[in-house]
This record gives sequence, C-alpha cells and structure tokens, in this order.
Amino acid sequence: MSLTQTPPMPTRDISLEGRGEPIGDKIFRWLLLTALLLSMLFLVVLISFLVIKGWSRLDSRIWTNMPNPRRPQLAGAQSAIMGTIWVVGTTAIISIPTGIAAAIYLEEYADRTKRFNQLIEVSIQNLAAVPSIIFGILGLAFIARRLGLGFTVITAALTLSLLILPTVIIATREALRAVPQSIRFGSLALGATQWQTIWKQVLPAAIPGIATGQILALSRAIGEAAPLLLLGGLTFVTTNPTGLDSAYTVLPIQIYNWISLPKEEYQILAAATIVFLLILLLAMNAVAIFIRNRYQKRL
Amino acid sequence: MSEQTTRIPKPAGAMTDTPETPSGADQPLVAPRPTLSEQADRVAHFQPIIDVRGLHVFYGDFDAVRDVDMSFGKNQITAMIGPSGCGKSTVLRCFNRTNDLVAGARVEGKITYHSQDLYGPEVDPIEVRRRIGMVFQKPNPFPKSIYDNIAYGPRVNKMKVDNMDDLVQEALERAALWGEVKDQLKKSALALSGGQQQRLCIARCIAVKPEVILMDEPCASLDPLATAKIEDLMQELARDYTIIIVTHNMQQAARVSDRTSFFTAELDEHDIRFGRLIESDLTSRIFTNPSDQRTEDYISGRFG
Repeated sequence: MSLTQTPPMPTRDISLEGRGEPIGDKIFRWLLLTALLLSMLFLVVLISFLVIKGWSRLDSRIWTNMPNPRRPQLAGAQSAIMGTIWVVGTTAIISIPTGIAAAIYLEEYADRTKRFNQLIEVSIQNLAAVPSIIFGILGLAFIARRLGLGFTVITAALTLSLLILPTVIIATREALRAVPQSIRFGSLALGATQWQTIWKQVLPAAIPGIATGQILALSRAIGEAAPLLLLGGLTFVTTNPTGLDSAYTVLPIQIYNWISLPKEEYQILAAATIVFLLILLLAMNAVAIFIRNRYQKRL
Repeated sequence: MSEQTTRIPKPAGAMTDTPETPSGADQPLVAPRPTLSEQADRVAHFQPIIDVRGLHVFYGDFDAVRDVDMSFGKNQITAMIGPSGCGKSTVLRCFNRTNDLVAGARVEGKITYHSQDLYGPEVDPIEVRRRIGMVFQKPNPFPKSIYDNIAYGPRVNKMKVDNMDDLVQEALERAALWGEVKDQLKKSALALSGGQQQRLCIARCIAVKPEVILMDEPCASLDPLATAKIEDLMQELARDYTIIIVTHNMQQAARVSDRTSFFTAELDEHDIRFGRLIESDLTSRIFTNPSDQRTEDYISGRFG
C-alpha cells in the first residue's frame, strides 16, 4: 500500500485553536511561583547578610584558634568544632544502629494489629514533634543527674540521640516501605529465611533512603543548641574534648555565646562561624545526595 | 509490547518461535519438545504428589475459599482456571505456605505433600518453600546482577555447590535464557525485557532444585511471543518438575496443561461471595465435554 493510493482527506470546518490559558490557571501558577521566590529570597538575604558581615573573619582562625573572651582578633572556634565532631559522632554511633534496628522490627516483624505495636507507633510519631528543650530537661534530670554522667560529651550525645531517634526511625521505615513487597516474596519463595531476606535483599535495596534519612537527622543534631544549653554546653571551654567524659561545647552554642558579648568584633566572628556551620551542613547534605545517587545507579 | 519483543535478541537456531505458532509445536527449544505421546504418558500415569481435602482459606473471619478437594499428579502440568475472585491464586499460595505471609490469613482442612501434612505443627514453611518453588504474576527479579539472581537461592539454602558458575549456566539453559544473556551475566537483571525477566525468575526457581513449581499467572504481563516461550518452557520442565499454573487465559490452560481445575465465585446464603472448586478433570475433557454446566458456560464464554 503506497501513499499515493490514499484518497484525499475531506476538509471540515472545525476549530482546533485554543482559547489561551484560563485566567484561574494563570493566577494559581503565579501564586505558587511567588511563594517559592519569597522563601528563596528570604534565604538568600539571610545568607548574603551573614557572608557580608562575617567576611573579614572568614579565615583559618575559625578552626585553628581557641575561643578568647578578651581578644576577638585571636578568637576561633576550634574547641566548638571538635566538640561538635565528638558529640555528633557519638550521637551517630548510638542512634543509627538503634534507629535502624527499631525500624526493621516495626516494619518487618511487628504485627500491626496488636495494640502494643500501635501504641509504639503513635508514640514515635508524637516524639518526633516534641520540642527539643524538653529532651534537654530529660537529659539534665535523668542522664546528667540520675545516671550521674554529668555535663559531658556522652550526656550530650545520649540526649541528642533520644532527640533524633524518632526521625531516624521514621525515615528508615519509609525507606524500607519503599522496597517492593514482590522482592520479599521472591526471596522467601526461594526458601530464604526472613532474616536472610531482610539482610540480603531489603536492606541493600533500602540503603539510599536509609542513608539520606540518617544524614538529615544528624544535620539536625549538628544545628541543635537548645537541649545542650541545659547540659553544660554553655560553659566556657578552651580545650578540645579528649574522651566521652570530657567537658564540651558545640558550634551553635559557641555562636550564641559570642552574639551575647558586647564587642562588635564578636558579632562579626559569630557571623563567620555561622557561615562555617552552614558549609558543614551543606557538605553533609551533599554526601547524602552522593550516596543516594551512587546506590541508585548500581541497581 | 512490540518494543519489548524486538529487544529480545534471536540467537541462531535456538529460538525461532513466532506468534503464528504460539505453542511452537515443531521447533526445537533446547532439547527436543516432548512429543504428544510423552504428554499422553504423563496423563496416563497419575501419581498424586499434592492432595487437598476439605480446604478452607480464611482472611480474618471471612471464609474466602470453601471446601476444596483436589489432587495434583507428579510430573504433570495442572492448570487452575476461573474468573477473578474465585480463589484460585489463594489456593495456589497455600501449597508453599505463602499465605502465611498475609496477615490474618488462616487455612483449615488438610493439604498433604508426599503424604505429609503441609500445615503440621512440625513443618517449617522455609523447608516447604525450598521444595515447592513459586513464579509470580509480575516478574520480580532482585535488583542485582543476572548471576546473583540465580546464585541467591543456592546460597541462602547453603546448598552444596561444586561450581556455582556451572549451576548458574545450567539453570539459565533450562529456562531457555542462556543464549540471550551468557555475555552479560554481571549486568543488572532489571535491564532485561519483561519476558526475559520472567524466564530469569523461572531459572532462579529451578536453581534451588525444587520438586514442584507453582506459577501464578506467569504470562499475565507478557506479550504473546514471550508467552509462547514460557509455554514451551513449561512443557520442557514437566519432564522433571510438577507444575501447577493459575491462569486467566483459557487457551493457555488448554495448550499447556494435562489436567484442569475450574474454580468459580458464588454467593452463599448471606450474599457473601466466596470461591469454590467446580470440577477437576483431564484438560481434554474439561474443554470438550465438561461434566458441570457452570464449567461449560465459562469455557464457551457465556460467563466470566
């Protein structure tokens, strides 16, 4: 059948022209865009304000020098940076395995029709919404005083772990739930045990989501100041932590500390340190994105 | 659909099925196809391997499938047909205790396998699943390499394997997939076409050396060419395995199976829909001279 054999198409007088984008659509689209631009603008203003204000002190002194309450030009945040690394590192070691294990139990083993498990689920959702200062009070009363751990790195890390555990558990559960059920059935149908199925199929498939969740939760821990104010983080520390029982301070508290000092130079130093903290957070999020992309490609 | 079929490479000789001859009656696959007399042999020597008596399957309080009695012959292909919601898949899932994984599902009655109660207190569902494998409706390869998909079963079962490479090759050859993938064993199984993925799932199942293979609408998401390949494969596999297949496709049941069981959904006295078995017989008899009017109506397209 060649094209030349097709008869000519009869013409009919119909209009296929559109009537333009409806006005309602247009308004709504602009509203959405405005909301996005407003929030972006706010962020840009905030960051540029900080960079401009802190520019003169944005140098290596931040991580080479110790805090100095009298001579701002010599002051740095080394003890706070090291404190942050110690506290958040310990928090990660405590909260990541615990959180993942709890999430695996809830997602893969728990019988959701049981009252007890429903109660746990509701509690975790609620805990994620509790203000962080409340966790600080708990840490002070129970971990620092009752357990007698005092104002140390381990107290801070335990408190922050309690704070981020609900987030870690919820994020891990989401990642586990995103693994298709057919993979579990496929594995079990080959005679694999439930644990083999979780360890060899479900967890590897969920790693990108789990890693992203962990890093976002740890980012929250890094920026947290409120609970640590109650746990000795505000004491003036000019030495790096040497162990879990050391005194400590962390970046957000060091910043808070400087802002409350009268000298203008400390305000500038605070702005510079905030920029440093932001870069740190950005780097952590970049790692999360990197891990996610890397594992997604391997599938 | 056509996109999928064109992506299947055609190795010389081995795969020459065309949609015009879906059963590929005179084309060699890997070994020669079983002859008609071989199929007749299978029918003549009925030796029960799975026996079902008074089976009820409950979901919570709901008695979904009621009072099923049937028997499956060793090295036979048995098809389970019937309209949607008639419980055929539910019954199939009882045979390797996959229903255990559904919350609230409960089985009553007796299913015996080699005269042993499959639901006895001593029975480990994992041991059952090692002997009674399953192929699912949607191909579900693991997000791993082709090689690892096959090797996974033997590894988790801690099977004594002298040479895993040989075992992988053998399983892929038996599933008529080796020729198409032998140069890309390290590639992701997800890159295969739907039909290839399903044959990979069959190969994966064969690799753990089961005795029975359950197939839950294995061709439902495949195009006719891929379906023809799987149907050929089933004939090939029936020499060593017992196959139970659930299918919506009556022509498929007629083409591939030795015996057919017809299920349907009916309303009870409380107007609750439940699934039940109407009759089981030789496939030739079900499709030419069924003993129940409901079977006849379904087969001839008057209902369902």
